[in-house]
This record gives sequence, structure tokens and C-alpha cells, in this order.
Amino acid sequence: MRWPSSPVSSTDCETEPVRVLVAMSGGVDSSVAAALLVEELGTDRVVGATLKLWGGESDSGCCSVADVDDARRVADQLGIVHHVFNFSDDFEAHVVDPYVAGHAVGRTPNPCIECNRHVKFDRLLDRADALGFDAVATGHHARSVRDADGSWRLLRGADPAKDQSYVLAMLGQAQLARSLFPVGAMTKADVRAAAAALRLRTASKPDSQDVCFIRSDAGRAGFLGDRVPLHAGRLVDHDSGADLGEVAAVELVTVGQRRGMGHGTDGRRRFVTSVDVAARRVTIGPPEASYATAAALDTVAWTDGRPEGGADGFAALAQCSAHGVPVACTVADDGAGGLAVTFAAPQRRVAPGQTVALYDPARPDAVVGSGVVR
Amino acid sequence: MPTAGPRAYLDHAATTPLRPEALEAMLPLLTDGFGNPSGAHAESRRARVALDDARDRIAELLGAGPGEVVLTSGGTEADDLAVNGGWEAVAAARPDGPPPALVCAAMEHHAVLRACRSLAARSGAELREVRSTPDGLVDLDALAAACGPDVGLVSVMTVNNEIGTVQALHEVARIVARSAPTAVLHTDAVQAVPWLDVVAATRPAALVSVSGHKFGGPKGSGALVVRDGARVRARIEGGGQERGRRSGTPNVAGAAGTAAALDAATAGRGTEVARVTALRDRLADGLLAALPGTVETGRREDRVAGILHLRVPGVASEAAVVLLDEAGVAASAGAACSSGAVEPSHVLESMGLDRVEASSGLRFSLGVTTSGQDVDHALAVVPGVLDRLRD
Repeated sequence: MRWPSSPVSSTDCETEPVRVLVAMSGGVDSSVAAALLVEELGTDRVVGATLKLWGGESDSGCCSVADVDDARRVADQLGIVHHVFNFSDDFEAHVVDPYVAGHAVGRTPNPCIECNRHVKFDRLLDRADALGFDAVATGHHARSVRDADGSWRLLRGADPAKDQSYVLAMLGQAQLARSLFPVGAMTKADVRAAAAALRLRTASKPDSQDVCFIRSDAGRAGFLGDRVPLHAGRLVDHDSGADLGEVAAVELVTVGQRRGMGHGTDGRRRFVTSVDVAARRVTIGPPEASYATAAALDTVAWTDGRPEGGADGFAALAQCSAHGVPVACTVADDGAGGLAVTFAAPQRRVAPGQTVALYDPARPDAVVGSGVVR
Repeated sequence: MPTAGPRAYLDHAATTPLRPEALEAMLPLLTDGFGNPSGAHAESRRARVALDDARDRIAELLGAGPGEVVLTSGGTEADDLAVNGGWEAVAAARPDGPPPALVCAAMEHHAVLRACRSLAARSGAELREVRSTPDGLVDLDALAAACGPDVGLVSVMTVNNEIGTVQALHEVARIVARSAPTAVLHTDAVQAVPWLDVVAATRPAALVSVSGHKFGGPKGSGALVVRDGARVRARIEGGGQERGRRSGTPNVAGAAGTAAALDAATAGRGTEVARVTALRDRLADGLLAALPGTVETGRREDRVAGILHLRVPGVASEAAVVLLDEAGVAASAGAACSSGAVEPSHVLESMGLDRVEASSGLRFSLGVTTSGQDVDHALAVVPGVLDRLRD
């Protein structure tokens, strides 16, 4: 079988032989990532690892024993060693707790991004270092390439519908130099076809959905309601300030949300324009009221340092959600360690806690950095 | 898959290789002697004889009568039957008042600990988990404080499976007799068999759990001793096998293998304990000398011969076992959950250690097949591996 591109050759590693630790979730993407690496490096230089992140002593929900079993069986089929690493402490401290705390104050954090930032590309990289691996591979749909000047670039995955560069936009040179994304050059259809051709048991497994640690039966309301008090609040008109009724739980409402907000007297849909948990107040308005021309970011990360730009900042493309449409913007320092992003055209307001990924206008596939909305 | 080079299997507390005596006893019962012992024909009679012989030997070697041995699928089922079935029998005898309280050591194997927690949650019974001393022994003062006339069942293990400490079961029994006189005493003796005079060690307990594969028998075979006078309510109902206490067609070959292994382990115990103690001490002394700052958990005089538990500051045991495996040493990081992930050790936490310390434990457990070469190999590679992780 021929693969669209070699996952390893682009790493240009100086020391041979390369040893790679591949993170295997039990899904089809990471299964094929492992298969590609085995094809490239052989079974002796690839080891699979499944991260136990959540679930406590229960076997339900994510990181379930069934997923670990799938990963282990795929590793066995490929002829590689497989381990399970328990990073649940870090996951709880850096992903789940901030997710809960954020919602409690009206923010909407992105747990996948925080997991990548703190667990997969921090703790797992450290573990890989300690165990003598040169790189960590994942099943993300993104590409990392090395430019002529030796610096690493994070590029969108080849399948536009599955591109995951947005959730990796916090990676810097130190991480990219030790990370491989073997399926980033493939379409999802190619990945599934490769899995089927290899008769991997995960070939037709459905894609994961939503927040991995929240069970579908209890939902976000059930998950957050078990952990923080949820408060009823008032729904207030953005323009008139008129009281429009009650909202069951202020903490479950997100800026920009449309679902459940109904229509105004003008017959147009209403959107959430602000959430004030302390005041127990959700403001809604017509579409134009939910637009903004700027976003303030902190938790800034650069792929390869801050791009050059004048006093007014530099030009970039901003992507405000996992599959959002990139829009032209200028990015300037805000004088407080954060960034002031000014959109060329008004955008649906991005909820506090969400990430804005920045791409290079001259190379629209290339990430330049990211920040989290204040 | 990388498998080259010498290997030292130092995880006998997890499971042991099958003894030749056990295999020899089992093979005929897996082939010609396949009968169901409950039938009325020659094939059944042959299996029945084998089962009766196995039960007689197991009973004798555990210091019980044949009618006091309930054959189970292993240690976990024996613990489950003891905790739930033992408690239910006591509760049935005390129809008035609140459900009888449960007392167990906080360092119990999960088979006991989770059975107790689940039973308490289900029945409304109070569960008192008794902490350990810094030396890894159940805290007898705390045990005395936990025991009272309201207690229906007390469970304290004979030997801890992670750190190897031998518990003062006779003293435990005196405390129970004094403070909780109507309580039934259970002991999980799963780790005791290869190393202790199990008859003497477990005599004061009414209920005693053992597991065949911890002493050279097959997996899937164990027993619960239910001494005369004690009762257990069945957890598995059906054909009424095991005198109604555990239904299901008996694992005849498993029982025969367990009996043969128990026989061999008991006969060889004296010389094995001396031999393995010497190996264990050499391994311990060598590793402690090579790895400054390392702490040996539990006093040697309190521990069985086969278990060495070390805490290496700055080393995550989960990473250590991966590198040790690559270096040809099979060791254990403590308790693993069903997915295979390593959890911080509740045994170490019961001794007052924090989560980081409770994640730095490494268990090397030796057994009948452990040789001086195994110890040599471990001494040659373990210090380098752990040092590398400490950087």
C-alpha cells in the first residue's frame, strides 16, 4: 500500500534511529497514524499509548475500557507494544476544573484546546522524553512541515472538513519539533479506506463528538449542575433593557448562542450578546447586536514568535471556532500582554474563553498563533 | 516487537507460572476426565472423585474440614462471597435495629474494599475503613476504635498484596472478640500461601480467601473457607453446588491444579522462604545502595519473603515500569484499573502518604521460579533506568 506522504521523512531528524510514541485513542485516525508509522519505521521503533484522562473508576463515557481495548487490539494487530498512561490528575486540574470554573463565571472554555496545551503536548511529551522517544504522534488532521530556514510550520490538514489545526494553534516550535501528525495529509475518506484495507477493527468506528468527558445522557447541564450551583436568571433585551422572561441556568448560556433564544417582535432570530452570571442576567438582541469588530485575547501562543508588524499590528486571518470561516483582521499588542484583534468586517461575537486561531494571510494554511478571548 | 535479551519476571504477586505438579494434575481432567461431577454415570463419578480429592487436600492444607471449603473462581469471588454473603448472614440474624456496620482495613485489596463500599452504599450499613501505620500495618488502635457491638463483619487481610506486610491477625481477632463479639472476621489470605504457615496465620478468622494462581495454580480457581459456625448467603444461585453456597458446575481441573499447587507450595515452604528471603534482601540492599533517597516500604521483619516495595522520589512508577519492561524486568507499579492505567496506590495513601508519593511505588515480587540470575539482571539494569527517570 502506498501512502500519500511519508509521516516521518518530513521530521528531518538528525539522530537515527527515530523512536515514536503514538497516542492512540481507540479511534480510526490514531489507529491509521500508528499504522503509517509502523510502515515507515517498523514495529521496533513505534510504541502506542492510550491516555486515561477521565472516568475515574467507571467504565462509561470517554477513555472507556472499550476504547482502550480497541487501541490495544490495534497495537497488537500492528505488532507494537502498547501502554496506558494515567494522566487523569492533569486532565482534571488543567481541563475539567477550568471548564467548570469558567462556566461558573460565564465563560466558555474549549476543553480540547486545553487538553492539547496541557496534556497531549506537555505531559505526554514529557513522558515521551523520559522514556527515550524522539517524537509523539497523534491522529490529528493537521500537518507540520519544516521550512528552509529550519523552523516548523503548522499547516491545516489536507481534508478541509476535518482540519484540526484550530485546536493545535497553541503549539510552538518546541512542541512542533517533536510532534508528528501522520494522517494530516490524508482525507478522512482515505483514512477510513486505509483502516479498512488493513482490516483495523476501528475502521468504521464513528467520529468522537462533543466534549469527551461529558456523557450524552446527562449532557452539559447535568455535568455542570453536579459540580457548581446553576442559577436561574433574567433574559433582557439588548436595545431596550426590557425584561423578556426567565432563563433556567445562566451558567449554561454562551455568548453568540441562538438556540432557545426565540424571535424578536421584528420576527428575526435573537442571539445572546452578553452573559453576566453575577447579575443573573443574559442579554439578547437581533443579529447585528451580536456582532463585534474586535476581540481581546490573552493566553497568547505563537507558532514561531510574534510576526513582524508596525505599530498598528500585523495582518492575519482569524478563525474563531473549530470549523469557522477565517476572516481578515489586524492584530496588535494591547499593552497588557494580550492581543487586540480588529476584524475587517464585523463578526459574530466570540464567547469569553473561546480560542481565536490566527493564520498567515500570505500562506492561509499556516497557523501563526492563537489566544483565548478575555 | 522488541523482546530480545534476558528477562527477569519479578511480578509473582500479580500471578505465578503454573507449577508442573498443577499442570500434571489438571491435564487428565481437561481431556478424558471431563465429566460433570453432578451426574450419575461413570464420567461424572470420575470427575466427582477428582473434585472430592482436591477439596480434601485444599481443606487439609488450609486447616479446615472439606465441608468448610467453598470453591470459587478465584480470590475476588471468595472476597465478594465473604463480604456480601458473610454480612448478609449476620444481618439476617439481626433483624431488628440498623444494618450491621462493616469494618475493613483501608489497605485491603480492591476485591474487599470495593465490595465493602458497594455493600455499604446499597444497604445503608456504615463502613469504617481503618488506616495503616507508616510501617504499613493496620492501625490496631484505630481498629479497636472502629469495632463495637454494632459491627457485623470485619475484614483484615493476612498479607498486603502491594507492600507485603503481614498483619497481626491474631491481635485483630482479639480486638474483634472483645469489642465486636458477634461480628464475623474475614481475612483475604491470597498473598499468604507461599510464604506463611497459612493454617496458623489464618486460624482466628471465620472466613478465609485464597487464590490458586498466586501460588502456582491456575487462574480462575480459588476458595473461601467458611468455618463451622459461620454462614454465608449465596451470591450465585442455581444448581446448588458447593452446598448451596456457590452454584455453577465446578471447575474440576482448576480445583485439582490448585490443590496440587497448594500441596507443593506448602511442602517446599521452609526452604523457599529462606532462599527467596536471601534473594529479596540482596535485591533490596543493592537497589537501596545504588539509588540514594529510595525508601523501602514496611520493615523487612514485618514482610513476607517475596515482596520488595520501593518508593523512589521523583520517579513516576507508571513510567518506570515501561522502561523496566524494555530493559527486561517485569515489575509492578501497584494497582492497575481495568483499562491498565496505574492509579495512585490506596495502600500507600492509607499509610498517610500523599498522591505524588503514592504514585512513586514500585513492587518487585519474587517467587518459586526466581533465580539468582534474575536478581543479578535486575541489579544490573534497574538503577540505570530509575536514575534516568529521576533526572
